Amino acid sequence: MSSMGTDVLMLLPEALLLLTAICCLLLGSWTPRLEQQRVRALAAVGVGASLVASIVGLTEGERSAFSGTVAVDDATGVLRLVVGLALLVLLLLAGDEIAEQARESEIYVLLLLGGAGALVVGETTDLAVLVVGFLLASIPLYALIGLSTGEKAPEAALKTYLLGALAGILLMLGAAVLSALAGGTSYDALGDADGLITAPVVAVAAGVVLVLTGLLFKAGAVPAHLWVPDAVEGSWTTTGAFLTTVPKLGAVLAIARLLEALPPDRLWPVLVGALAASGMTIGNLGALNQAHVGRLLGWSTISQVGYLMAAAAAVPGSAQARPALLLFLAGYAVTNLGCFAVLASEPERRSLDDWRGMGRTRPGLTTSLGVGLLGLVGTPPTAVFVAKLLTIVVTWEAGLPWLAVLVAANTVLSLTYYLRWLASCLSNPTRGAPGQADPGASHPSQETRHPRAAQVAVACAVAAVVLGLLAGPALALAS
Amino acid sequence: MLSALLFLPLLAAVLLLVPAVSDRVARLAFVAVALVEVVGVAVLWWRYDDPGTGRLAFEEQVSWIPGIGSSYHVGLDGFSLPLVAMTTVVFLACAVFALAEARRPRLQAALFLALETTCLGVFASADLIVFFVFFDLSIVGMYLSINGWGHGDRARSALQFFLYTFLGSLALLVGFVGLYVASESHTFDMVTLAADPPLQGDGAVGVLVLGAVLLGLAVKTPTVPFHTWLPPAHTDAPAIGSAVLAGVMLKLGTYGLVRIAMPMFPDALRAWAPVLVAVGIASVLWGALVALAQTDLKRMIAYTSVNHMGYVVLAVGAAGVVGSDGGTDDAELRRTAITGAVTQMVSHGLLTTALFLLAGVVWSRHRDYAMDQYGGLASHAPRFAALLVVAALGSLGLPGLSGFVAELQIFAGSIGTVPVSAVALIGILLMTAVLLRAVQRLITGPSGPLSEEFTDVRPREWVPVGGLLALAIGVGIFPRPLLDLIEPAAATVASLVAR
Repeated sequence: MSSMGTDVLMLLPEALLLLTAICCLLLGSWTPRLEQQRVRALAAVGVGASLVASIVGLTEGERSAFSGTVAVDDATGVLRLVVGLALLVLLLLAGDEIAEQARESEIYVLLLLGGAGALVVGETTDLAVLVVGFLLASIPLYALIGLSTGEKAPEAALKTYLLGALAGILLMLGAAVLSALAGGTSYDALGDADGLITAPVVAVAAGVVLVLTGLLFKAGAVPAHLWVPDAVEGSWTTTGAFLTTVPKLGAVLAIARLLEALPPDRLWPVLVGALAASGMTIGNLGALNQAHVGRLLGWSTISQVGYLMAAAAAVPGSAQARPALLLFLAGYAVTNLGCFAVLASEPERRSLDDWRGMGRTRPGLTTSLGVGLLGLVGTPPTAVFVAKLLTIVVTWEAGLPWLAVLVAANTVLSLTYYLRWLASCLSNPTRGAPGQADPGASHPSQETRHPRAAQVAVACAVAAVVLGLLAGPALALAS
Repeated sequence: MLSALLFLPLLAAVLLLVPAVSDRVARLAFVAVALVEVVGVAVLWWRYDDPGTGRLAFEEQVSWIPGIGSSYHVGLDGFSLPLVAMTTVVFLACAVFALAEARRPRLQAALFLALETTCLGVFASADLIVFFVFFDLSIVGMYLSINGWGHGDRARSALQFFLYTFLGSLALLVGFVGLYVASESHTFDMVTLAADPPLQGDGAVGVLVLGAVLLGLAVKTPTVPFHTWLPPAHTDAPAIGSAVLAGVMLKLGTYGLVRIAMPMFPDALRAWAPVLVAVGIASVLWGALVALAQTDLKRMIAYTSVNHMGYVVLAVGAAGVVGSDGGTDDAELRRTAITGAVTQMVSHGLLTTALFLLAGVVWSRHRDYAMDQYGGLASHAPRFAALLVVAALGSLGLPGLSGFVAELQIFAGSIGTVPVSAVALIGILLMTAVLLRAVQRLITGPSGPLSEEFTDVRPREWVPVGGLLALAIGVGIFPRPLLDLIEPAAATVASLVAR
């Protein structure tokens, strides 16, 4: 066992995020309201430092910290990088949307805390720490949604909070059951010879299902998914982008780690696979008829997390599954953030019909949206394509060919609604409902637009394609 | 060299998107790049030596995703080179035809150049994932083309096209992954998989996995009963979109049959062969009968494609029926059928492109495809009439044109192994009725309401159509150079199927 000091050094990226959050809170309290961009700059510097620490950490091989409660391995490294970069993107988006809001610095603090919480959830190999991570990741989430100024924000925050509180209790109960059965909270104890293997399978199953329920809430996955569309619709675009990206990354990785730790049994991958399958199907069906683009993206992330969980379900059965999952996490994050950045750059266009004619007026933005939406479908050569391909391969290899087929079938289903948005952009603005001229189209000069968000969208689209083309080296890095 | 040829159009497309380029420059650049492609392929053809069994000419391989044994691997053989050549010719014809495009010509040129890269990529790829990537991207390109430059209910047709063919492509992907998982070396490399096909003697699994691949290819081809996306897509697509869709993209499906289904699933293909024969015959007859009932010129041409692709499926099915003795005669017949199938792909590419461009001429005059609105065009537009007659005669399989060479070999090979294939001969008869009736309605008889002001074809219209027809006649009269290319590859596949 290493000393306390080296343990903290190993978790430097998380520590830096927390430290920055505290500094931001203090700085924000002494900064005039209209000059709070300083806080954002400080937050960005902190995230940057955390990213540098993550890269240094990646070069140092696989270790574990704090008596084996936190794994510092390749997956942790990738998660840190992806979450860090996602936070930077979110800070950029926030600069347009949240600047000069009453609670500006608090938002930045909550984003950093939520990011740190997601990291803890994804990195831990101990049930007790998992519970702590869950709380650290969830509480900022409720506040972020509640602080939004939209009409529907209070309702969404309450819904999220109630579901989250329930999920948290179930998670604690499950963790208690499992640690009682295994005789310890650490994941090593779960797989031990005198751990869960000898325990009654019904009791183990109850514990696993309860723990999974908590994580599924964090992942915004079926069956604990109902808060996602409301939260995306009700809160700021930045918040929506955060809550559909960062917590999911940590939660899915946590599910994969839990599966690895459980005693080898066909039951667990099949259980997660079934949850994944129902998640992608329900998410897609929910998205089919959405007219509000935020809700559409919200439902889309519910189905996307189903694909991510399919990759996670294959982790015990296939050696390739772990790098595939990590690539998927990165690819999903960049693609989803790109779509939300498009949304953020046009804050007044909220229904699908508002996007008519955008192909003519804003070709660059529409192209980024096209890359993002087709990327979420899994069209080559974007990152999600390679990741989805690998997911199909590894689920089949792991003995879940039905899941592979369902991933493919759901991809076709999802195409319908992604294309509806794209087709709306490509259609003629004049063909809108007669008498209801689009105010945005008729007075483009008065419309609020965020050019920086549009630049972020383009950057995300380029990154999604580049990550897809360089998938080989990226996978080599992850494995 | 091959990769340069593949990616030159894509590079040009990216450069065209730099906003400073004027419309005129964009149109000319489209023609220039398409011409360079044709010349480049001609050079390849000239330098081509048959690489022999299980090898590729102009091979290039770069590691891409080593974890799952997928690499950027391209090369040409006797199947792919003719189709690559046909593709470049079709795109050149479209480029010339599009010289008068008034709607966003710069974007259209860029889109079609990118589409050319994807189509060439499918034919040249020697890795299943690279094949799939180009296959999928071609769908996106065609969707944008129909949605952006089509007419009528274009958004709906484009969406339907995308959904159907995307479903097909994912079925294909599932099949590819099944093949990968079953292969001992865990690879997506086509050459390796064809040399040592996995799933041999695996019974049901092989049949299921090939079933997924065949479903994907059948949607793309399309065969009955998966053809319903084709008529609306064609009717609402722009002229050059239809030309590329029918001329090149339908071949992506049938090419998959000879490139993937036959060499990589010999056992399972033999199990599926009776189904393929039946589907082929059904497509031939159904396509012809429905074409007979059409009053819309473009829908009619679309259904003739279902008929013509039916012959290809029939030939592949017949070649998969291996007699119990497996004698040399048998191998000879199967080789003939496969040669006919590939020749038919090239021939149909040339002729149907010409037909669709002529339909585009009709549309550009009066925005109407209804055949009964026209009539007596022979006196109003004699050059148009002449081109239409030649294209129709070629399409119905008149000796002296490429269609005859192809269909003769298909029937010679198929009827020898599967006598019931003779039923498809009725299709030829029906096709004759379809095309002659269309010619009759448009060209002869009294002038229709829209015939009076029908301007005859302009140079940018008759040059591409005339060029395509000249090539079709060339193949019809001197088929040897083309057949010399195809036959060794066909013999290889015929022997692979019998494994």
